[in-house]
Amino acid sequence: MSDPTPVEKGLAAEVQGMSESELAQHLEEVAEAVAPDREIQVDVGDTLLELDDVTLRFGGLVALDSVSFGIRRGEILGMIGPNGAGKTTCFNVMTGVYRPSSGEVRLEGRRLGRLKRYQITRRGIARTFQNIRLFEEMTALENVVVGTDARHKTSVVGALARLPRHWQEERAGVERAMALLEFVGIADRAADRAKNLPYGYQRRLEIARALATEPKLLCLDEPAAGFNPAEKDELMELIRRIRDDGYTVLLIEHDMRVVMGVTDRIVVLEFGKKIAEGTPAQVRDDPAVIAAYLGVPDDGAA
Amino acid sequence: MSAEVTTRTQASEGTRQPFGQRVRDWWNSRSRLEQWLMIIPVVVLVYLLPVMNFFPLSTEPWTDYELALFNAARLGLIALGLNVVLGQAGLLDLGYVGFFAVGAYVAAIMTSRDSFLTDPRYSWVVVVPVAIAITMVSGVVIGTPTLRLRGDYLAIVTLGFGEMVRLLADNLEPLRGNRGFQDVGGPPGTYANGSPIFTQGDGKPWYWLTVTFIIVILLLIGNLERSRVGRAWVAIREDEDVAEIMGVPTFRFKVWAFVIGAGIGGLSGVLYAGQVGFVNNQRFDVVTSILFVAAVVLGGSGNKLGVLLGALVISYLPDRFQLAPEYRFLIFGIALIVLMIFRPQGLLGARQRLLARGRQAYQRLVGKPEPVATESALIDSGKGTNA
Repeated sequence: MSDPTPVEKGLAAEVQGMSESELAQHLEEVAEAVAPDREIQVDVGDTLLELDDVTLRFGGLVALDSVSFGIRRGEILGMIGPNGAGKTTCFNVMTGVYRPSSGEVRLEGRRLGRLKRYQITRRGIARTFQNIRLFEEMTALENVVVGTDARHKTSVVGALARLPRHWQEERAGVERAMALLEFVGIADRAADRAKNLPYGYQRRLEIARALATEPKLLCLDEPAAGFNPAEKDELMELIRRIRDDGYTVLLIEHDMRVVMGVTDRIVVLEFGKKIAEGTPAQVRDDPAVIAAYLGVPDDGAA
Repeated sequence: MSAEVTTRTQASEGTRQPFGQRVRDWWNSRSRLEQWLMIIPVVVLVYLLPVMNFFPLSTEPWTDYELALFNAARLGLIALGLNVVLGQAGLLDLGYVGFFAVGAYVAAIMTSRDSFLTDPRYSWVVVVPVAIAITMVSGVVIGTPTLRLRGDYLAIVTLGFGEMVRLLADNLEPLRGNRGFQDVGGPPGTYANGSPIFTQGDGKPWYWLTVTFIIVILLLIGNLERSRVGRAWVAIREDEDVAEIMGVPTFRFKVWAFVIGAGIGGLSGVLYAGQVGFVNNQRFDVVTSILFVAAVVLGGSGNKLGVLLGALVISYLPDRFQLAPEYRFLIFGIALIVLMIFRPQGLLGARQRLLARGRQAYQRLVGKPEPVATESALIDSGKGTNA
């Protein structure tokens, strides 16, 4: 947290007017509250999530065709491909919305198999949505607290009787949610209903809510959609900070500048198949990728 | 950002604020102590209502005033229970009368001399928890298969289950169909002269008892609302798929909503059976179920005080203005249509506080112990477009 500038603008009013050292101290505290259990030394390299020969059919349509790739701990993996290539479907398989017709998905070596969606979230996969899906009538803060509840254990009886664990989890949940709102830079509107927030804030709120579930892997589905270049820069900065805090990020994005600028590796899908995988530079020069995006001259044509 | 804060302050000071919003802002700016000091006289007034049997309040000579109040309070209790299911978790349950019936029948079976039990003389103090437990179990039984459905499908299936309860009462020999159960017992207790406190003719003690139950349940439901449970319910109501993906075990919390609603419905069934002293298959039809839903929707689905107001409107006003029963539903129908056109959120719109320490958190955030309200935010954005 040596470079406070990108975070600065997102901080709540109380931060304004702090001295440099106070601000650094404050940011340290924010980071601590955002990721209390994060591993300070992240081992980049071992596989966190693995798709092994995943096929998904809808009737006769093959949405994913023997897709295999791994996401390494601590990296930012991009997933690109033309429209309809199966990127979001791939997300849905990972988060348990669809079950693969064959093949399997493993998180830290354990099959996700027949887990329910909320159980997968508790295992450590969180996501945002391409078309924003917030709890609109809740405030921004409440939205994020719902995310923190994924780790809470208060029972119905415990909440009825307001047992100590309830109080302790409520306090911890609100604290963490506040810190997360500061982290993504929307703390100034924490008390507003989600539906009344500006578009960019809603996108950031989705990220905060997903982070609140304390994921090992954060999946972002086109987070830059509808952003202007300045907002895209801020988003890239945010994604880097999320990674630096010990999360692993999977990013679906159409905007090549964002994808090339922020990811460590890229997987390219086309028609449900993986056609390339590698560093941004490798992918950019891959003939198959160029063909998929620009089309190939039809050799048979006269 | 500071500019934004200024606009919002101006908006809340402006005169264009809706009346309800201003009342709410004023209320929320009171301290907890001040609020309690103001709540206590209101509660005392509510308890004193039965003795205020005079002009604008009284329903006599057409209807016994005390019984009219008891019926309104009883419907209020039912509305509170249904509000958990319908208002908070957003599950349209058209068979809620089934739980009411189960509660009434359990009370009848455990206390009436017509019961098939060999010695049906259980104390009412035992009857209440047993009846609540049995209705909660019936909530699990009905909820587990039906809650896999959503929206309209859930409504239709619950409608069917409500009817099934009634048909069981019609056709199962031990439940005595139309003949019913006589002498259903009420709470124990006698006056100094030895005559029982709770009788069919005297509505006062029943009213006070029901209001006490309402207050206890308001507090308990409030605890649930400002917890993980209440947030899960609202999340399910807003977007069930997203709730599940954000780690909410949706099915379990939907069953809980059903079960808690059922328990409250069962309790009001026991109160009803005890006051009337007679239970048969005639009072548990679909129309009654719809009436319950009407009370919740009219008052403001998702607002605890709103649904109490809705119950008061639906139960007390017809008694007060001597509406013939055959016209009641006609007028409710028209009232609901008018309401849906002009105020679809009900008399009092949905309000929920979902954080146990929300006051402190929001105080720190926006300088008042209340999230920024929808209405004022709308005014805010309206001003933005005009400018």
